[in-house]
Amino acid sequence: MMRETTPDNSYIREAVLHEFRNDVKSIEESYGMLDIVIKKPSLIPVITWLKQHDILQFQFLTSLCGVHYPEQKENEFSVVYHLHSFVNNIRIRVHIFMSENDLNVPTLTTLYAGANWMERETFEFYGILFDGHPDLRIILNVEDMNYHPLRKQYSLVDDTRTDKDDKYFGR
Amino acid sequence: MINISDDNFHHSHTLNGHIETEEDIRQYNYLNLGPTHPATHGIFQNVLKMDGEIIVEAEPTIGYIHRAFEKLAENRPFYQVTTITDRLNYCSSPINNIGWHLTVEKLLGVQTPKRVDYMRVIIMELARIADHIICNSVVAVDTGALTGFLYVFQWREKIYDIYEEICGARLTTNIGRVGGFERDFSEKVFQRIHALLEEFPTALKEFESLVMRNRIFMDRTINVGKITAERAMEYSFTGPNLRAAGVDYDVRVMSPYCSYQDFDFTIPVGSSGDTYDRFCVRQEEMWQSMDIIRQALKNLPEGNFHADVPEFYLPPKEDVYNTMEGLIWHFKIVMGEINVPKGQVYQCVEGGNGELGFYLISDGGRQPFRLHLRRPCFIYYQAYPEMIKGSMLSDAILTMSSMNVIAGELDA
Repeated sequence: MMRETTPDNSYIREAVLHEFRNDVKSIEESYGMLDIVIKKPSLIPVITWLKQHDILQFQFLTSLCGVHYPEQKENEFSVVYHLHSFVNNIRIRVHIFMSENDLNVPTLTTLYAGANWMERETFEFYGILFDGHPDLRIILNVEDMNYHPLRKQYSLVDDTRTDKDDKYFGR
Repeated sequence: MINISDDNFHHSHTLNGHIETEEDIRQYNYLNLGPTHPATHGIFQNVLKMDGEIIVEAEPTIGYIHRAFEKLAENRPFYQVTTITDRLNYCSSPINNIGWHLTVEKLLGVQTPKRVDYMRVIIMELARIADHIICNSVVAVDTGALTGFLYVFQWREKIYDIYEEICGARLTTNIGRVGGFERDFSEKVFQRIHALLEEFPTALKEFESLVMRNRIFMDRTINVGKITAERAMEYSFTGPNLRAAGVDYDVRVMSPYCSYQDFDFTIPVGSSGDTYDRFCVRQEEMWQSMDIIRQALKNLPEGNFHADVPEFYLPPKEDVYNTMEGLIWHFKIVMGEINVPKGQVYQCVEGGNGELGFYLISDGGRQPFRLHLRRPCFIYYQAYPEMIKGSMLSDAILTMSSMNVIAGELDA
């Protein structure tokens, strides 16, 4: 199939807004990459559409990670997806935000097999629960670790340690 | 006489009149491959479900050397994050260091001089050669050929001598600074690079003639640990592993950084995604890297060896001792008291084993608000159980070493 123009960021912006006007919270370009914030329930429809679109073909999941913004009330947690379309050589970033009381997110493992461990890592670090994930266990730390260490409330030094007395360190 | 043949074994199971299927009487063994199996090059564990010598299922456990890099990075000034990146893929630390410098430069909007780009290209391609030397010679070791490994390993040492001449360190290099290099390449650096380009091709050729068309090596690697291009894409494979499956994706070409668009090189691809193809792709990449270094040396532009970034680039010592301005900047930089602009950037480089990505969120403070490291081998190692399913135990070890899984990067 011959294409008249290769899609660029403005093409994707128009296409996404045309298809999902009510699902997109914001869409802007930063440092050359299109940054789309979508509502959480629209995640699977939007990503599926991006992947299966005839022209866009975002068939490669580059990375997936969580972010914790403790001061953003009702939007404390975020999951960020970087997608890449090899055909058009264009990257896109998709964010979803959620409240700390509702950390359930649909899994992407049905669309990208590689999302498996990336979601396990995100679950481990932030406690985000990926619904439908085949094996949602923590992956890097010890099995019985019962907190999510990359949340901002945990300091770098282990708070549970009792063998370090600050007075010996001049603190 | 006790008969322990298979016939007798099958017979004993049908005594009570119930004919059992083959699946019922098949007995599986569980085998712990690791932690620290001598051939797995790091601390890996795989619980293998074995049917005799055939692997039925594998369950990898990772994280033995997890050091919380992403948490550490949130508690350090930007320039101190470089030393964390050293410890990701420690076979090619300079690529990781420069990837991080590029990320910060992208956030700050720094434009580096051409000379810096070319110097970086030289170092990164040397690092790629060092990385591939280790990986490929170790693949040969796992097939039983130790000689080639010991022979080419000395050229890795010579590459480390070049790093040492440039930055003073050999393994965890912490090479360069945000904005460029702390000093220009000395005459000795150029001499050593020229000597390497002179001598290494002969050694690499000898290594190739030792293994590449060797019957034993080919029998051990062809059709072992295969993955199709479609499956590799679904698993987000990158680097030589993806190219061996036939997808010509290389970050240096698709998203050029450090003026890679100025260089003329080819991206080798395989066709079947097996251990042999991965080996051959790496082998050819070493030749291409040497070609890139030759081009960079030939066309090395004159100019400054660093960009003008007073917020990150330490002023010369004379200025620190003699001017107020210099002393203030020196203090601010060393203490990490630099506010960087607010923003989100994603920067990726072609690491030794795939696309190494840095997703940096800055809230305008002195430390990264969030740094996510896209570690290529963490992502592609999850396909390992699928790749070794149905193969022999000895092939599993070979598959792992040909995937170039580096524990430091895997566990972060």
